[in-house]
Amino acid sequence: MTTSTATFDATSATLPELMQWTSGVSRDYKLGTVTEWKQRTGGLAMGYLPVYVPRELLHAMGVLPVAILGGGDDLEIIRGDAYYQSYICHFPRSVIELGLDGSLDALDGMLFPATCDVIRNLSGMWKLKFKDKLSRYLDVPQTFEEDLGGTFWRGELEQLADELVARGAKPLEPAALAESIKLYNNERRLVRELYALRRSQPWTVPTAEMYVVLRACLVLPVEQSTELLVAYRRLIEADDTRRPMDQARVVLAGSFCEQPPLGMLKTLERSGCYIVDDDLLNIFRWIRGDIEPGDDPLGGLVSAFLNDAIESPVRWIDRGIKGAEMVQRVEESGAEGVLFCAPSFCDPALLDQPMAVTAIEKAGIPWTAFKYSENTGQFQVIREQAGTFADSIKLWSDA
Amino acid sequence: MTPSDPSAHGGTSVTAAPAQKDDSQRQQKTMLAEHYHRLSQAESTGEKCVYTFVPGNLTELVRSFDLLPVLPEINALQSAMRGSSKDYISLAEKLGHSEDVCTYVKADVGMLRKGNVGPTGERLPDPDLLLLSYTGCFTFLKWFEILKEEYDCPVVMLHTPYQGDGVITDSMRKYVVDQIKQKVIPALEKVSGKAYDEERLREMLARSAKAEDDLVAVLESAKQTPSPIDSYFGGVYYIGPMFTAFRGTEAAVGYYQALRAEVEARAAAGQGPITPEGPMGEEKFRIVVEGPPNWTHFRQFWRMFSEEGAVVVASTYTKVGGVYDFGFRHDPDHPLETLADYCMGCYTNLNLPTRVDMISKYIEDYSADGLLINSVKSCNSFSAGQLMILREVEARTGRPGGFIESDLVDPRYFSEANIKNRLESYFQMIEQKRSGGAA
Repeated sequence: MTTSTATFDATSATLPELMQWTSGVSRDYKLGTVTEWKQRTGGLAMGYLPVYVPRELLHAMGVLPVAILGGGDDLEIIRGDAYYQSYICHFPRSVIELGLDGSLDALDGMLFPATCDVIRNLSGMWKLKFKDKLSRYLDVPQTFEEDLGGTFWRGELEQLADELVARGAKPLEPAALAESIKLYNNERRLVRELYALRRSQPWTVPTAEMYVVLRACLVLPVEQSTELLVAYRRLIEADDTRRPMDQARVVLAGSFCEQPPLGMLKTLERSGCYIVDDDLLNIFRWIRGDIEPGDDPLGGLVSAFLNDAIESPVRWIDRGIKGAEMVQRVEESGAEGVLFCAPSFCDPALLDQPMAVTAIEKAGIPWTAFKYSENTGQFQVIREQAGTFADSIKLWSDA
Repeated sequence: MTPSDPSAHGGTSVTAAPAQKDDSQRQQKTMLAEHYHRLSQAESTGEKCVYTFVPGNLTELVRSFDLLPVLPEINALQSAMRGSSKDYISLAEKLGHSEDVCTYVKADVGMLRKGNVGPTGERLPDPDLLLLSYTGCFTFLKWFEILKEEYDCPVVMLHTPYQGDGVITDSMRKYVVDQIKQKVIPALEKVSGKAYDEERLREMLARSAKAEDDLVAVLESAKQTPSPIDSYFGGVYYIGPMFTAFRGTEAAVGYYQALRAEVEARAAAGQGPITPEGPMGEEKFRIVVEGPPNWTHFRQFWRMFSEEGAVVVASTYTKVGGVYDFGFRHDPDHPLETLADYCMGCYTNLNLPTRVDMISKYIEDYSADGLLINSVKSCNSFSAGQLMILREVEARTGRPGGFIESDLVDPRYFSEANIKNRLESYFQMIEQKRSGGAA
């Protein structure tokens, strides 16, 4: 299956063609589209791990941001397991496997945002293992006052920009950053609109399908990803074969870092659930609204992080009540229950879960929980659990 | 970090003879018992307390306001040494906490739900302030979110930047100092009803530095052969007052003077460490250990080493509350800056290349036979990357590495036979290397 960007035109593709191409791109761990982009532009490409990095800044400097989301269930882990004990999540072992088998050679470096101790330590492993690449731990602030976390975060971003310049990137210019912010505002708006469409007509936007498109977007230049999102939206709205079914509406919570295998998302939908909100690929929705570039676009980027970010389990929540946002998400999405779906050994997700459970139980919202690894291959138990949960909602809920 | 009662270590699994104790251990036990008793009386005496963590804690600052620190990790490990962590963890898991996550957190949650009775059997006071010193451990953040739900008190987050590039930059330092000025001090003033007294803080920091000098002398005594100390099992006692509630106090200064004198006397006499079973026999192996100890079977764990003649001459765990042996001292001339540097300099806030450098240096400086990693399930801050550390250190030093697994305070993850077997194999491997055989 070709993943070449040269031979694919999203504007003229049919839905099956678009899905075939995005499926290929999203599963191309050798990053063929990135290699092609580099050959075409001569620019740098920076990989990044979940959950949040400021892609706008990279883009403004002519750097291609490339999400590295692990090897899923496609990748056989040969060397990665030798780096991690059995009680550490699966994601870093597939990331290091990809690094060691040469899949990430197209990248000029990697960004490791502050997500958890495992990702943090992986940043140091990368320094030891890939000495010629830029390996940067991105210490996102956990204080949200402009003169504290804001000043610090701005300094981190300026330092990152300096390091990219030292590797050959263009200097960071406010005008270019303002333009990049607008492009990413547009991309995020398209994703928000897709999520809104899924909330109102989940049968039109199957999660397993949308996920493949979004995942492909995260290795493409933003100019191309927005074209893809527009095309996908047009094609699914035109597809009149999609009909509503009697499914339970659920929020899928906890899958913000290590990604579930695609088969699991399909299984959940087939078991009788419409996923009407989720934590998958959170980078699209980390900043809730548009970023205002204003006269100081870097300040705009910083301010959005401080004041308009979601209440992710990887952030310190100093305001409001823990779990309140989960209740709000359930209400806004019209969900009838929550599926807590965290990767095994994921500290942020699993430590957060009891607090979220307390909040939703107080609100009378049903829930169930299970765990997965990115390479989970057997879904029967999950199917039965999710199916029973969906049935119980349909049989016993007040609605 | 600080077992208050050496006779208790050994947890639940065996009935042991009373442990041998140094005078310093007795002194420390008294200090801790008094502290816990003072905490238990706080509600009646009106003393206020601050819950905070060991790595990067601001003990001098907290105590300069006459506030009492409470350290949840210490409560958890003390519970483990007294055999109660199993029930606490079990309760937390029944309440919905995953079996996958940190057992310190679950032991603390369980203890809280069972009345918050501390290790000395007296109830701990509720916090008047939750001071989240967020150094080197992501779980701390979630832990205090959990506690925040339990208590009606103010919370302050002190975000300590990680040394991702192996250095403390001016902007990192300024960020921490600004947080201390703008958030931490006002919160402490409000809770205590007292104004910030920088002169008093300087006096405490000067006392800290004095005690730190003595601690380093104690730790570095292990360069001698035979080592007069065990820097891991014994080391957790030595760091106790320093890492917890006593830094900056006269009591800590006195303790470290006495400890140093005791160790120097042993060194002068050519004696080895005192273990719970008595004076250590012939020193056969000199080991550097990375990772925290297991607390539920502490005494058995130590015995597995001492019976083989293995002495731990340096350990990374005894640096989670400060890497003093690499030169850091609290500096009374720059009170807030030095607190910031302290927060950022603790072991788990160091990146992996720095950890590898540090361990490799220990191996050389302490003439160690090799590196042993005790990888604990609960602590990704330590555990993630340890297998790579092992390989890197082996490659750099040419000394063999060993790897065992256990947990901090969950007895279900301590497999005595398995660990003993691995340790024996490891020591045999060292012997074989010494005799020129293939490893």
